[in-house]
Amino acid sequence: MKALVDPNKCTACGVCEEVCPASAITLAATMAQVSDDCTLCGMCVDTCEFGAISLPEVGTGPMANLADYRGVWVYAEWREGVLHRVGSELLGAGRKLADKRGVELSAVVLGHCLDGIGEQLLPYGADRVLLVDRPELAHFTDEAYSGALRELVRRERPEILLAGATAIGRSFIPRVAAGLGTGLTADCTELDISAEGLLLQTRPAFGGNVMATIVCPHRRPQMATVRPKVMKPTVDPRGGRIEPVEPPPECLQSRVEVLEVIPERDATARLTEADVIVSGGRGLKKAENFALLEQLAQLMNGAVGASRGAVEEGWIDPSHQVGQTGRTVAPTLYLAVGLSGAIQHVVGMQGSQIIVAVNKDPNAPIFDVASYGVRADLFEFIPAFIRKLKQEQGG
Amino acid sequence: MHIVVCIKQVPDTKNVRIDPDTHTLVRQGVESIINPFDLFAAEAALRLKDRHGAKITVITMGPPQAETALREVMARGVDEAVLLSDRAFAGSDTWATATALAAAVKKLNPVDLVICGKQAIDGDTAQVGPEMATFLDFPQAACVKSLDLADQHHLQITRQTDEGTEVWKLPLPALITVVKDVGEPRVPSIKHKLRAKKAAIPVWGAADLELAPEQVGLAGSFTQVVRVFSPPRRSDRILLEGDATQQAEQLYDLLKAAKVPGI
Ligand SMILES: Cc1cc2nc3c(=O)[nH]c(=O)nc-3n(C[C@H](O)[C@H](O)[C@H](O)COP(=O)(O)OP(=O)(O)OC[C@H]3O[C@@H](n4cnc5c(N)ncnc54)[C@H](O)[C@@H]3O)c2cc1C
Ligand SMILES: Nc1ncnc2c1ncn2[C@@H]1O[C@H](COP(=O)(O)O)[C@@H](O)[C@H]1O
Repeated sequence: MKALVDPNKCTACGVCEEVCPASAITLAATMAQVSDDCTLCGMCVDTCEFGAISLPEVGTGPMANLADYRGVWVYAEWREGVLHRVGSELLGAGRKLADKRGVELSAVVLGHCLDGIGEQLLPYGADRVLLVDRPELAHFTDEAYSGALRELVRRERPEILLAGATAIGRSFIPRVAAGLGTGLTADCTELDISAEGLLLQTRPAFGGNVMATIVCPHRRPQMATVRPKVMKPTVDPRGGRIEPVEPPPECLQSRVEVLEVIPERDATARLTEADVIVSGGRGLKKAENFALLEQLAQLMNGAVGASRGAVEEGWIDPSHQVGQTGRTVAPTLYLAVGLSGAIQHVVGMQGSQIIVAVNKDPNAPIFDVASYGVRADLFEFIPAFIRKLKQEQGG
Repeated sequence: MHIVVCIKQVPDTKNVRIDPDTHTLVRQGVESIINPFDLFAAEAALRLKDRHGAKITVITMGPPQAETALREVMARGVDEAVLLSDRAFAGSDTWATATALAAAVKKLNPVDLVICGKQAIDGDTAQVGPEMATFLDFPQAACVKSLDLADQHHLQITRQTDEGTEVWKLPLPALITVVKDVGEPRVPSIKHKLRAKKAAIPVWGAADLELAPEQVGLAGSFTQVVRVFSPPRRSDRILLEGDATQQAEQLYDLLKAAKVPGI
């Protein structure tokens, strides 16, 4: 299968030939021709201003009972006793989708000893909170969690299911989708719904250099994960109800034995949760200078991150590394100090709300993603900024 | 013990971008590399082999040229390789990819352990591993940092979570996805390089996997890309002026106005 060209619309302008990453398009006399090298990546479709190119449709047609699926669900993540913030964020996004569809919004919580948990979610716009409170769910395991959620979906048939792209969500939600036989879009940054009820799922691809909008036309539920801190929670109490549900025990079985859960309130953990991250790179010159960033981070109640450059120099522990092979973070403020902004670093932090770059090289690529650019020597700027902060905080 | 490692050839992301003015994909210098996390997957398998002895088979689904990636991994000491390549696989989403890979693992049976990378850097979904585990009905563990056999029939792993680590014991056969902590990938050796160069690598298509055309590729996928575009540029960039102290004052005021917590 390959991209389809409409001979009536194609003007043989050649733009698609330029765009095709697989070099699969050539121009014949009157129209573009697609060879077997086509990988169906879709890159040409959007660039054709005449709307002449389309991709063949996915799948083998809609499932039989598509119309039976109704309602928007949010998986609200509960871990070892507490709800994760992504649950209320997703309820904010889910509320808008549910209103557009004119359907109910439900939150689903899986865990154990959930007294009072439902009440914490109701203010964020849920019409209903489903609670599965079982000892088998006290610790996360992929099989028990996916078994429980799958069973609930099979019973109630929501049309949309959203979950956080957290370590837990990214681990077991694919197992839910695969078990249900439906599509799943990872790490969405934007969600909308079409007039026909198709969930328009937009996400970065190719390390954030390209955005793609994805739909799941023929299967339900339409499933997506969303990174924490991307959506905003809204306080919108609707006097919703809390419903305990009891899936049959065979859905909760897991072959995995959890031997130990070791919470580390260490750098890595703090990194993904922190509102402020101060990150250093090779520009720091030596390990001792990270103390400067440490001091600044502390003043703002933040965490310290690092580029791979700094980690490779041995100046800081690898658990601090942000980027492609490190952590993906999206704090309110990311202060990038003395790091060049290599794409492998940028993919791990570009979701941050405000990015400040401190670099003495005005051409450093980090300035391309910065909201505020500080072109200065860090050894002058950081102490000056610390002084200013202390002065304001003290006064 | 038979270990299957799943690797993917991906475009080196640092070179892929859309020209913001022309909206065309910049093709220049886009090389293919082995997904970095998959080299860690291979290393994890090789370390198990060093300790306990094992046969390792590396598989990839991709175009014919993905064979190079398989030989590169064999040059590090992996025993065998299989390339899944068929026009019918084009357009696969994670579901269709996992379907083909799981079918290959079944064909390679008996398999005790499947190791994937945490995620591929082009799609970044981290879905293929867990979806394969579902199709194979294997228990799974994602983001594994360290692993070893607990006994003949069990694997003990430490996995990274958002707030620390967890120690799990999984019965074999199982599937895990790994992060870089499993160990720095070794360099290819001369001996293995020679063997890798000569090795015959079978190519399996949909029919070899006993999959019907409608189960694979675009036909076997559920998700459809409807639009591809370049991300909007940051429109709010402000370059500060003045000496370090002046810039520090300006930045403070900007962050204060933006109500950054901690300021
Ligand atoms: C497969 C792969 C995966 C990778 N994964 C990651 C990853 O996860 N995370 C990551 O970070 N990198 C990753 N990298 C590496 C990445 O490509 C870069 O090499 C790395 O990020 C560079 O680190 P740096 O910015 O600290 O160093 P450099 O690129 O050396 O930048 C140092 C910067 O500091 C500035 N500077 C120096 N002195 C001062 C001063 N006194 N005041 C102000 N500015 C100063 C310089 O102008 C320069 O811009 C990966 C690479 C590969 C190939
Ligand atoms: N086409 C493929 N061939 C072999 N393995 C793959 C393929 N796609 C993904 N994988 C494996 O699945 C992991 C996760 O990929 P992804 O879900 O695309 O992020 C990768 O690190 C690989 O181990």
